[in-house]
Amino acid sequence: MTLDTVSWPASYGDEAKPRKGFFTDTSICIGCKACEVACKEWNQIPMSIKGFSGKSYDNTLALGANTWRHVAFVEQRVPAGVDDGASLVEAAARADVIDAGVHTYQEGDGLRWLMASDVCKHCTDAACLEVCPTGALFRTEFGTVVVQEDICNGCGYCIPACPFGVLEQRKDDGRVWKCTLCYDRLKEDQQPACAQACPTDSIQFGELDELRHRAEGRLKRLQDAGQAEARLYLADDDDGIHGAGAFFLLLDEPEVYGLPPDPVDTRHELGSIWSAAGAAALALGAGLIAAVFGGRR
Amino acid sequence: MGSNMAEQHPVGFQWVMEAHERGAKYIHVDPRFTRTSAMADRHVPIRAGTDIAFLGGVINYIFEHDAWFREYVQHYTNGPVIVREDYVDAEDAAGMFSGWDPEHGAYQIESWGYDETSHEAAGGKKEQQGDVSGEQAQGAHGMKLERGNPPNIDNSMQHPRCVLQILKRHFARYTPQVVSEICGCSERDFLAVARALCENSGRERTSAIVYSVGWTQHTVGVQNIRAASIVQMLLGNMGRPGGGILALRGHANIQGSTDIPTLYNILPGYIPMPHPTSGPDLDKFIELNGPDTGAWGNLKNYMVSLLKAWWGDAATDENNYGYDYLPRIDGDHSHYPMMVKMLDGGVQGMFCVGQNPTVGSANSKLMRLALAKLDWLVVRDFQPTESALFWKDSPEHESGETRAEDIQTEVFFLPCAAHTEKDGNFTNTQRLLQWHWKALDPPGDARSELHWIYHLGKAVRDKLADSEDPRDRPILDLTWDYPVEGPHQEPNAEAVLQEINGRGPDGKMLSTYEELKDDGSTACGSWIHCGIYKDGVNQSARKKPGQDQNWIAHEWGWAWPKDVRILYNRASADPDGKPWSERKRYVWWDGADDKWTSLGDSPDFPAQKEPSFEPEEDAKAMEAISGDKPFILHPDGRAWLFAPSGLVDGPLPTHYEPQETPFQNALYPQQQNPTRQEFPRPENPYHPVGSPVFPYVLSTWRLTEHHTSGAMSRTVPYLAELQPEFFCEVSPALAAERGLEHGGWATIVTARSAVEARVLVTDRIKPLQIEGRPTYRVGMPYHWGGVGIVTGDSANDLLPLVLDNNVHISEYKVATCDIRPGRRPRGPARLKLVEEYRQRAGVRVS
Repeated sequence: MTLDTVSWPASYGDEAKPRKGFFTDTSICIGCKACEVACKEWNQIPMSIKGFSGKSYDNTLALGANTWRHVAFVEQRVPAGVDDGASLVEAAARADVIDAGVHTYQEGDGLRWLMASDVCKHCTDAACLEVCPTGALFRTEFGTVVVQEDICNGCGYCIPACPFGVLEQRKDDGRVWKCTLCYDRLKEDQQPACAQACPTDSIQFGELDELRHRAEGRLKRLQDAGQAEARLYLADDDDGIHGAGAFFLLLDEPEVYGLPPDPVDTRHELGSIWSAAGAAALALGAGLIAAVFGGRR
Repeated sequence: MGSNMAEQHPVGFQWVMEAHERGAKYIHVDPRFTRTSAMADRHVPIRAGTDIAFLGGVINYIFEHDAWFREYVQHYTNGPVIVREDYVDAEDAAGMFSGWDPEHGAYQIESWGYDETSHEAAGGKKEQQGDVSGEQAQGAHGMKLERGNPPNIDNSMQHPRCVLQILKRHFARYTPQVVSEICGCSERDFLAVARALCENSGRERTSAIVYSVGWTQHTVGVQNIRAASIVQMLLGNMGRPGGGILALRGHANIQGSTDIPTLYNILPGYIPMPHPTSGPDLDKFIELNGPDTGAWGNLKNYMVSLLKAWWGDAATDENNYGYDYLPRIDGDHSHYPMMVKMLDGGVQGMFCVGQNPTVGSANSKLMRLALAKLDWLVVRDFQPTESALFWKDSPEHESGETRAEDIQTEVFFLPCAAHTEKDGNFTNTQRLLQWHWKALDPPGDARSELHWIYHLGKAVRDKLADSEDPRDRPILDLTWDYPVEGPHQEPNAEAVLQEINGRGPDGKMLSTYEELKDDGSTACGSWIHCGIYKDGVNQSARKKPGQDQNWIAHEWGWAWPKDVRILYNRASADPDGKPWSERKRYVWWDGADDKWTSLGDSPDFPAQKEPSFEPEEDAKAMEAISGDKPFILHPDGRAWLFAPSGLVDGPLPTHYEPQETPFQNALYPQQQNPTRQEFPRPENPYHPVGSPVFPYVLSTWRLTEHHTSGAMSRTVPYLAELQPEFFCEVSPALAAERGLEHGGWATIVTARSAVEARVLVTDRIKPLQIEGRPTYRVGMPYHWGGVGIVTGDSANDLLPLVLDNNVHISEYKVATCDIRPGRRPRGPARLKLVEEYRQRAGVRVS
C-alpha cells in the first residue's frame, strides 16, 4: 500500500515519523461521548451548547470549530422479525447471526442503534491544506494535517475545500479550528486524548498501515459472523482522497452516519474546471469580438 | 437485568465488550432499549417492576428442564434442608407467608426457620421489630445451629418440606405463558433467555448476572436480587470464575461507603449497630447479633478489635471495651424516614455531604419542604447545589407555596476537594480497593472529607476538653490523632488505612481477620479490611499491570476479605476438592501439600481444612464449618436458596405489583409487597391501582452524559452541552395518542407534581402488550434542577416515597402518570393542575 502524501514523508527527510492515524471501529462504540469530552478538555475548546436537538442522543450535531470529535447516534428500524410477519427463512438466518455474536443487532425488536465517533480524516490528498494561502494548514512529520492557530488569518478557503465539512470558523475569532490529532501529545509520544479516553477501544490510534491491517482482520470477522453490511470507510488508497489517516469501520452505508459516500479531493477537478473556464473565456472572447466587430456592420 | 451498564459504567463495560469479542453471549433484559441493549446479542424488554416474575419463570424453567446442578445444590446450598412444619408458603396463603402480624404490619419470621430450630435459639432480635431495618431485626447473619448443621436434611431432596421442593412449588405457576402475560415479553424471548442461561451453566461453563441500582429501586428491590441468586445457585454459578452476581453501584465508591458505612444501621464490616434495649452487655450483643458458627461466629473478635481501634487504651475489659460508648439506634433513621421526620420538625440540623436530595431523591419537592424546617444545614459539594440554594431558588417559590423570607434555615456551604485532589481508596463492585494519590491541590477553600471530619472532630474535642460529664467520654477518649501534613494540616490518609487494617499486640500490621482476638490484644477498624496493610505495605496501592500477570491480576489493588477476588471460591471445586472441570479450574485441594491452592487467587476458605473435614461436637465459628461448605458467612456454610432469616418480606421472592401500576397482580390476591414502607400524607399521595387518570407507567433514570442530580455534570460545560435539556422519552404510539410533538414540549403530571420536558419520540420505548392492550411508558432522566449551566424541572418531583422495607430504598423505577402536550402552567396554576388531577383520580390526600 502507498500511504505517502505529497509532503510526507519526503519533505521531512530523516525527521519523518511513521504516518499516524485513527481506526474508529464503530461496531464497538457504546456512545459514551468520552472522546468528545476528552478532546475538549485537552484542547481547551469552548463550550458550544446547541440545545436539545431531538436527534436521538446527539446534541452536538456535527464536527465544527468547537467539536473536533462528534458521536453520531442513528436509530434504525430494521426489517422486522418473524413476530411481525416477515419471512421465516429470513428470521432464521438472522437468529444464526445472533448466535454468532454480532453486535448491535436486535432480533425481533425491529430496531438497532448505531453509534459512531467522527473526526477530521487527515486525508492523504488534503484539499484544505493545498488551498490554504498562508500555509497555516500543514502536513506534520506524522503525516497528519494541522492548522497553526498563530498563522491562520481566517480567509476560509479551506472550508469549502473539505469534502467532509470538517473545517469551520470560530465565530468570535474568525480562525479555522479542527482536530490536530493531538499533535502536541504525539510529539510527547502520547496517544491522542480521545483514543486514550475511549473505554472500549472503538477509537484506536497507531501507525496507519498497522491499523489498516488490524481493521481488515476485524472486518473479516464481522463479515464471517454475518454482518454483510459492515465495511471499511476511507481505507482505500484508490478512493477520491487516496485514503485517509482517520478511517472507519461502519455497519451500514456512510450516508446513514452522515458521511459522504464518495468523497473527492476537490482539487482533482481543478484541471477540468480550468479547462472549462478557459473554454468559457475563449467563447466569451469570441462573443465579444463578434459583438464589437459585428456591430460595425 | 435492571442495569444500564454501558451508560452508567462505561469503563467497566469495556470488559463486557471484550468478553463479547471473545465469544461470550450477552443478553439485556430491561424495560428500556438503552446503549446497553444496542450492544447486546439480544434485548428482551419487560414491564418495569416484573423482574421477579421473569426470574421466577427462569427458576421454573430450570426445574421443568431438569437443568439444575444437582451435586452443587445438594452440597453447597440449603436445597436439602427441611423447613419447619408451621411454614406456610405464599402459594398456599394468597401471596402472603406465614407469620403475618397485621397489628404491626410485619412478619414474625419464626416459622420460616429450619425444622427443629426456634427463633430464640436462632439468634433473632425479637425486641427489635419492623421499625428497625431488616439487617437489624431479622438476624441477617443467621441463626444458631449445633455444629453448623441444620437439624434435618434430606439429601435426596424429595421430602415435601425440603427447600428444593418448597422452591419448586413456589415457582410452579411461573410458566412461560404467565411470564409473557405479566412481563409483556414474548414467550419466545423469555425461553431464549432461560435456555441460554441453562446451556451456559454447569461443570464446563458459567454465566454471570449483572444488576445495578435499577433493581434496588423497587418495593421488591432486595427480592429481585434474591431471585437472581436462586437462579445462580441452582445453576451452580456462584464462587466460580465467570459466574456470580455483579452488583454495580450508583457512584464510584458506594461499595466502599457501605463497607465502612455511611449507613445508619451498621458499623464497619457489616456489624449491626446496637439497639438501646441491648443494654451495656457486650456479650448479650454478640449473642443476639451473630450465629455461633461460620465466619460470623467470631463476631466478638471483630467487635472488640473495632472498639480497641476506636478507643485504644480507654477500651478495657472492665468497660466492655467501650461498647457502651457506641451510639444506639432507636428506630429507622434511613434517609427517607429521616426526611419525613424533618418535615414534621423533628430534625434540627443536617450535614449534606455529596448529596443533592432536592433533585436526586424521590419526591424531591418533599425534600425541599423538609429542609426548610431545619435550623441549620451544611452542604459540602463542588459547587452550590439545589440543596444548598433551596431557600433562594425553589420551584415552590415560583408556585407561591413558599417564600424565601419565611425560610429560617441557616445554610453553610463548604467547597470540597475532588478525588484527584486527595489521597484515598475507591472500592468497586468486586470489593476491589484501588488507591489513588493526590494529583494536585484542591483550589481555594476546598478540602477533602478527611480534612473536614478530622478537624471538625478536633474542634468538638477542644470544646469539650474540660468536660467532666460522662456523656462526653466517648468523644474525648476516641483515638483521634492522625499525622497531618502541608499548609492546611491534611491528615495522612494512609494512617487511617493502617488503623482500618489493624495492629497486633506488638504494634505490627495484622495480615488477616483470622488473627483478631476478643481479649483486647488486637485493634482493627474494619475486620473485613484486615490485611489491606499487610507487611506494612499499602496493598491497595499495588499497580502491577494486568498484562504482566495472569488474568486474575492478583497484584493489582486489594480485595476484601483477605484479597479474595472471587468470593466463596471454594465452590469452584467439587465437594472432594477437585475442579468441577479443567476448563473452570480455579481453587482446588492440593492433596500433596494438604492445602487449598488456586490459579492465583486467595482461597476463601481455611487454607488447611480438608474437603472431608467434619466438625466436632460443640465446634464453634469456622471450626463448625465442614470441608465441603463454601459459604462460610452463613452459619451452615450453605448458600441459601430459601432465606430462613435476614429478610422482612419473605424467605422466597414473590411477584408483587409496584405501589402504582395499571394492573392487578395476576398471580396472587395480595397486590403489593405487604411489608412495603408507605408514607401516606398530603405531600406524598399515591395513585389508585389502575387509575385511568394516570394511565402510563413512569420511570426515572440516568444518562451517561450526566451524573445523578447533575450537581457534578450540569455545572461542567463539556458535559452540560451533551444533554442540555430535560426531556422525556415516549413511543410513537403514545405520542400519537396524546398529540405529543417530537422536539416540542410535554407536561407530565402525577399527584405529587407537574413538570415540563422536551419530547423525544423514539422506537426505543416500545409499548408492551399486557392483558391484551399496549402499556405506554414515559421515561425521564432525572438530572435537572434549578442551578447550573443547564437547568430544568426535576423528574423526581413526580415520584412518591414508597420503600422496600429491607433496605429503605424508594421505588424510582415505577410509578404512574399522565402526559399532555405543551409546557406546564406557571405560578399557582401549576398547583391547580395537580389538584385537578388529584380530584379527578380520587387520590386520598391524608
